[in-house]
Amino acid sequence: MENIIEYLKEERAQDWRNELRKGMKAKERTSRIRVSMPEEDPDVRNKSRIEVNIGLAAENAVLEAQRCIDCPDPTCITGCPVGINIPKFIKKIEAEDFAGAAVTLKETNALPAVCGRVCPQEKQCELNCFYTVKLKKTPVAIGHLERFAADWERNSGQMAVPKTEKLNNIKVAVIGSGPAGLAAAGDLAKFGYDVTVFEALHEIGGVLKYGIPEFRLPNELVDTEIEIMRQMGIKFKTNFIVGKTASFDDLKKDGFQAFFVGSGAGLPRFMNIPGENYNGIFSSNEYLTRVNLMNAADPEYDTPVISGNSVAVIGGGNTAMDSVRTAKRLGAKDSMIIYRRSEAEMPARIEEVKHAKEEGIIFMNLHSPLEYYADENGRVNRMKVQKMELGTPDSSGRRRPVPIEGSEFMVDVDTVVVSVGVSPNPLIPKALANLKVTDWGTIVVDKDSMQSSIPEVFAGGDIVRGGATVILAMGDGRTAAAGMHKYIQEKIKAN
Amino acid sequence: MSKIIEKEFFSKNVVKLVLEAPEIARSRKPGHFVIIKIGEKGERIPLTIAAANEKEGTITLVVQKVGVTTAKLFELEVGDEISDVVGPLGQATHIEKVGTVLCAGGGVGVAPMLPIVEGLKKAGNRVITILAARTKDLIILEEQMKEHSDEVIIMTDDGSYGRQGLVTAGMEEVINREKVNMAVTIGPAIMMKFAALTTKKYNIETVASLNTIMVDGTGMCGACRVNVGGKTKFVCVDGPEFDAHQVDFDEMLSRLGAYKDQEVAAYQKYLETVEV
Ligand SMILES: Cc1cc2nc3c(=O)[nH]c(=O)nc-3n(C[C@H](O)[C@H](O)[C@H](O)COP(=O)(O)OP(=O)(O)OC[C@H]3O[C@@H](n4cnc5c(N)ncnc54)[C@H](O)[C@@H]3O)c2cc1C
Ligand SMILES: Cc1cc2nc3c(=O)[nH]c(=O)nc-3n(C[C@H](O)[C@H](O)[C@H](O)COP(=O)(O)OP(=O)(O)OC[C@H]3O[C@@H](n4cnc5c(N)ncnc54)[C@H](O)[C@@H]3O)c2cc1C
Ligand code: SF4
Ligand code: SF4
Ligand code: FES
Repeated sequence: MENIIEYLKEERAQDWRNELRKGMKAKERTSRIRVSMPEEDPDVRNKSRIEVNIGLAAENAVLEAQRCIDCPDPTCITGCPVGINIPKFIKKIEAEDFAGAAVTLKETNALPAVCGRVCPQEKQCELNCFYTVKLKKTPVAIGHLERFAADWERNSGQMAVPKTEKLNNIKVAVIGSGPAGLAAAGDLAKFGYDVTVFEALHEIGGVLKYGIPEFRLPNELVDTEIEIMRQMGIKFKTNFIVGKTASFDDLKKDGFQAFFVGSGAGLPRFMNIPGENYNGIFSSNEYLTRVNLMNAADPEYDTPVISGNSVAVIGGGNTAMDSVRTAKRLGAKDSMIIYRRSEAEMPARIEEVKHAKEEGIIFMNLHSPLEYYADENGRVNRMKVQKMELGTPDSSGRRRPVPIEGSEFMVDVDTVVVSVGVSPNPLIPKALANLKVTDWGTIVVDKDSMQSSIPEVFAGGDIVRGGATVILAMGDGRTAAAGMHKYIQEKIKAN
Repeated sequence: MSKIIEKEFFSKNVVKLVLEAPEIARSRKPGHFVIIKIGEKGERIPLTIAAANEKEGTITLVVQKVGVTTAKLFELEVGDEISDVVGPLGQATHIEKVGTVLCAGGGVGVAPMLPIVEGLKKAGNRVITILAARTKDLIILEEQMKEHSDEVIIMTDDGSYGRQGLVTAGMEEVINREKVNMAVTIGPAIMMKFAALTTKKYNIETVASLNTIMVDGTGMCGACRVNVGGKTKFVCVDGPEFDAHQVDFDEMLSRLGAYKDQEVAAYQKYLETVEV
């Protein structure tokens, strides 16, 4: 920690930073209002897959960057799970050195274009910004600026391929190609390892591909990042399920010395209420996979999806918002959220809730489904819901929803998406008899190295945390890469 | 990518394909399946691994043409590549010597039943196989089944081939004739339902291999869910084989029809494009 503070101080003391600080009075900076993100018209975007946020124009990015007062003690950084040097990259934008801003981001974050779009900034960096904490004003738009710099670099056509150490010919395996796996693979390649990423699906990217829709995170952007990783020498093997296609022992025989498990929390939960297996009732994983991964809404593609007229999505997280907005885009007249708590408790990013409302999504907060009914073909046609009220806080600190007796009523629906959470993917724990897991099925690791109970197996992301975030998964991937490096180097020394 | 090494028609609508898939060949056990996808725009569909050769690094699929994806598969020739093949998936079949086993298959279930019949026979069981279909043209794999069964009984609804009647009539006949220790049924849900009701009457342990709609095949989506003994199970990871007397076939039947209209429309459209 000491040296990080020292490093930040040194960086801040550089001439160019001093110049910039002197260039404008703090008072003037703080009197500005936050530039707003231009967005597609809600009535246009809710019928298409175009991205909702258009991105800041360069002059507006510079204006917003000027709001940042380059704090001597930048509290924003404490809110960022990967510790991006936030004032430095923002000041690079102010100085119109956009390429330099992108380089700064990539010092600690392999996928800034992704994080700038999907991080829950309001709970992380921006929550800890001086503006939020001390001035009680809207924070510097750190996420929008991060996205701006990353997009600028990508659009410039000159994306830097990160430097890697000379190949040491030690084979390491990364299992799962979600953000945790990609982050681990990137760092392992930088250390010089011969990295192979194994992915069960036919596409690379994990939730970034099959879960988060294009209107929030275009696939092309993820593909560009993966292309860079290929140029770093990382190998990708799709359609390969570790534990099924090959066992850990098979891979060890093939020469792999250490493993990073980033297999995610891919298992959908259902509520186990009557009628939940009727046709037209999906898990959000199935619904989003059909649309995002299999492109089911495009008639040119073979996979079908049901596009309902009256769609209810159960839940209040990012997955629920993505599902309900997808349903709208597939042509639903009524697309509604049914959430058992109130808006204040919703785990979804605030921006997504705002966008959903603009797009005409109906919010039935403080409601919970009790039972589904179907027509003679077994297709869901109605659901019984019950009103809820908020009681005392539960273990998560959120107020517990309590059913109101006698408040049940019927809602006509023809499609339901159940989005009440996921459980850890059991494939890997099942494939490794000695692996220590919690009662929830998450892999137990040492927090500093992400090493599991099996010395050569490291893990991170949702398989360790349960459902978490992209940036936490990436942070774990990086910590694990460092842990694996240390483990392998010590093993070499010992021999 | 998996290259097609061999292609042999068993009949107009049934083809055997041998694919290059060394890792799957090394890991698979009888009862496992793969998911394949043809090209960028293709759908993911499950197919049972009928056989494998670890030395050659190949797996064998036996496929019946029923819709767009299976039709596309039929068009591929030796030397062509299937863009995506993933597996082995599911739980392996529990095959042991129990005595006499009655295997009842129909429709899309006959192809995936072939490796089970073969396995049961190899384990030393007396295997009696019943193949059922609406009409003569729809009876498939008769020769291959004969090779691995002690007896093959053909049943057609219209009596155009073998005996006239439903699969259950054939089953009752065998059960009344000799001691049956176990039954296996694979086919349309409605057929499995009545097969299960039949064996239940006689208290014969029965396994059904369920061919639900699937997407990922790894437990991630829940498309394949069925109700077994009052609990929701995922066929791709918990199955595909279950105690037939516990399966809610009515629910499964209904779920299989979820995309019927789209599937029929897509196949029509496909046939038009092929003709042009
Ligand atoms: C719809 C949706 C929206 C979300 N929105 C946000 C958001 O806005 N912001 C945010 O921060 N977070 C969001 N999240 C959460 C975030 O996406 C996850 O926390 C994050 O993706 C976890 O990363 P991971 O690498 O651990 O796992 P995943 O992204 O789940 O990737 C795991 C990968 O491993 C593969 N795999 C599993 N087992 C094996 C095996 N045995 N062999 C080979 N491959 C295997 C899987 O196929 C998968 O591709 C969202 C999640 C969803 C589902
Ligand atoms: C675990 C498992 C193993 C299987 N093994 C084999 C195999 O070895 N060989 C083989 O030929 N098939 C097998 N199947 C069935 C095969 O997956 C389907 O026939 C295939 O998905 C059809 O795809 P399609 O696009 O050609 O037809 P679609 O357009 O999807 O369907 C065409 C028609 O067939 C019906 N249909 C589709 N799928 C099924 C099904 N699963 N059961 C009953 N009717 C169905 C539809 O209702 C529709 O009318 C298996 C299925 C499962 C779940
Ligand atoms: S990675 Fe996320 S938390 Fe960190 S600075 Fe960027 S938006 Fe904020
Ligand atoms: S806390 Fe806010 S104002 Fe201060 S350096 Fe960070 S972003 Fe800039
Ligand atoms: S096919 Fe998706 S869970 Fe079984």
